[in-house]
Amino acid sequence: MIQVEGLTKTFTARRGKEKVEVAAVAGVDLHVDEGEIVGFLGPNGAGKTTTLRMLTTLLRPTAGTARVAGHDVAADPVAVRRAIGYVSQSGSTSPEARAGEEVVDHGMLYGISRAAAAARARELFAQLELDGLWDRKPGAMSGGQRRRLDIAMGLVHDPRLVFLDEPTTGLDPQARANLWGHIADLRRVRGSTVFLTTHYLDEADALCDRILVIDHGRIAAADTPDALKRQVAGDLVQLTVGAAADVEPARAALAAAEPEEPPAVDGLHVSARVRGVAGRLPTLVRRLDEQGIVLAGIEVRRPTLDDVFLTVTGRSLREDA
Amino acid sequence: MQFLRQLWIVFRRQLRIALRNPAWVIIGLVQPILYLALFGPLLVPLAGTFGADNAYTLFVPGLLVQLGLFGTLFAGFGLVAEWRAGVIEAERVTPASRTALLFGRVALNAVQLLVQSIVLVLLSFLFGLQASAPGIVLGIALTVLLGAACACFSDAVGLLSKSENVLAPLLNSVSLPVLLLSGILLPITQPQWLKTVADVVPTKHIVDGIRTVFTGTFDSTVWWGSFWAVVVFAAAATWGARVFQRENA
Ligand SMILES: Nc1ncnc2c1ncn2[C@@H]1O[C@H](COP(=O)(O)OP(=O)(O)OP(=O)(O)O)[C@@H](O)[C@H]1O
Ligand SMILES: [Mg+2]
Repeated sequence: MIQVEGLTKTFTARRGKEKVEVAAVAGVDLHVDEGEIVGFLGPNGAGKTTTLRMLTTLLRPTAGTARVAGHDVAADPVAVRRAIGYVSQSGSTSPEARAGEEVVDHGMLYGISRAAAAARARELFAQLELDGLWDRKPGAMSGGQRRRLDIAMGLVHDPRLVFLDEPTTGLDPQARANLWGHIADLRRVRGSTVFLTTHYLDEADALCDRILVIDHGRIAAADTPDALKRQVAGDLVQLTVGAAADVEPARAALAAAEPEEPPAVDGLHVSARVRGVAGRLPTLVRRLDEQGIVLAGIEVRRPTLDDVFLTVTGRSLREDA
Repeated sequence: MQFLRQLWIVFRRQLRIALRNPAWVIIGLVQPILYLALFGPLLVPLAGTFGADNAYTLFVPGLLVQLGLFGTLFAGFGLVAEWRAGVIEAERVTPASRTALLFGRVALNAVQLLVQSIVLVLLSFLFGLQASAPGIVLGIALTVLLGAACACFSDAVGLLSKSENVLAPLLNSVSLPVLLLSGILLPITQPQWLKTVADVVPTKHIVDGIRTVFTGTFDSTVWWGSFWAVVVFAAAATWGARVFQRENA
C-alpha cells in the first residue's frame, strides 16, 4: 500500500542572517501492506509530519521515491489523493463555517454526491460522539470536539488508506479509547489501511500491528510492538526499601539475581533489568527476607515502548513529549 | 464539468460563510452609499473644469473601479486566515482541481463586487446620473473583471507569503499608486510627466474606457479599456492558477 525509498526533505530555514539547511527527513525507507495499522512514533521535530505531507502529495520530496496506494506521489499525485484520507496535525475547518457542512463539502470535493456525503457525515458524527454539533461553528467547539471533527473530515469519503497525524492529541481518555476503537474498526469493517503518528507509547502499543520509530529524520527501528519490546533486555525490577541502611543489602541481593547491568540506586529505590524475572523473583524475595530487610515496595515492569525508544535512540521519549 | 462542480462547491461554501456574517453584508452594501455620499459633494463642483456635462457620469466610473480594486485586493487576508485554520491544506489533499479552489473563492469576490456595483449605479441615478444602459452593463462587466484579477493576485500572494505582515505593505504599495495614476477620482490633466507615467498603467485605460462607455459612446477608448481589463484578468488568473497548482505551498 505504501512503498518508500530514500525519501528526503531538506528545508532551507533562516538562522539570523545566514541560511541553514534543515534535513527534516533524511532518507526514509518504509513499506506498509494493505490492511495494516502502522504507527509512526517519534519525538517532536523527528520528521513525522514532514514525511506524511510528502506521502499525501502536499510537499514535494527533495529526493527519493514514494508509491502510495499504487501510484507515484510525484508522477500521479491526483490518483494518490483520490485514494487517501488525511487528518492533519493542525486542523482542517474554518472557525466561521458550520461543522456538518464542512464535512459534507469536503466529501463532495472527492466527487461523491451530496446525499451520500451527508449520510456518511451523519454516521461519523454519531460514531465520534459529535451528536448535536452539526450546526455548530467549529470556532465554538471544544478542542477535543474540533479534533474529532477533523477526523470526520478525513474519513467522510471512506478512503482505502488513511493518514492520521497525532489523531488523539487533545482528547480526554474516554474519547481517546473511543477513537482507538474506531481506528481498529476502519480496518476490521472497511479493510482500510491506517498510517498514524503519535507520541503516545500506549497508543502505538494498543493500536498498531507495526511501529516505525523515527528520530532525526531517520527510521531508527521498525517492528511489531512485541518484537521491539523483546529487544529491550529483561523486565525492570524496582525495589523500594524503608530505611537508608537497607539500600546496600538490597543492592547486593538484586546484583545476585543476575541482572543485565549493575543495579542502579536512586534514594531508597534500587532497580535493574532482569531476564526471566518470574523464575528469579522468589529467590530474591527470600534472600531479602532472610536478611531482615523490609520492603516498602517491589515493582516489576514489562518493557514499554519508552524503554524501546531509549534503547534504540539513546534518549527517552518522555523527556521531550 | 468536474471542474465547474468543484468550483461551485468552493464558491457555495464561501458564500454561505459570508452571508451568515451580517457585518459583512451590511458593510458591503454601505460602502457604495458612503462613496457616493462622501465623494459626491466634493467632486460635483469640479466636474465642469474637466468639461463634463454630468458630474456623476464623470466620477461614478471612477468610484466603480475604486470599489473593484479595494474590495478585492484584500481577499488575500481571508485566504491567509483559512490557510492558518488548515482549510487550504485540507482542500489541497482532495483530488479537486487546485485551480477550482482559487476560482471558487474569486467567484465570490466577483459576485460581491457585482452586487456592490449595481447598488452604486442605482443610487447614482437618484443623485442624477445619466448614462446609457449598454454602457452601464459593459462598465460593470469591466469592473468585475478587474476586481476578479485583483482577487486572484491577492489570493496568490496570500498563499505564497502565508503572512498578513507581507500582504499588507505589499498591497498598500500597489494600490495607492494605481489609485492615483489611474485618475480614478479625477482624470489626470497635469503635469505632462504624470500623464506619461499614467499611460502605462492599465487601470488608467480601464477607467477611461468605462467613463467613455457610460456616455453611450463606443469608440477606441472603450475597446482599449476592455482589452486591458481582459489582459489584466488573464494575467492574474494564469499566475494565480499557477501558484495554486504548485506542489509545495
Ligand atoms: N516549512 C519548514 N521550514 C523549515 N523547517 C521545517 C519546516 N517544516 C518543518 N521543519 C523542520 O523539520 C523538522 C521536522 O518537522 P516535523 O514537523 O516533520 O516534525 P514532527 O515529527 O511532526 O514533530 P511533532 O511531533 O512536533 O509534530 C523540524 O526540525 C522542523 O523544525
Ligand atoms: Mg508533527
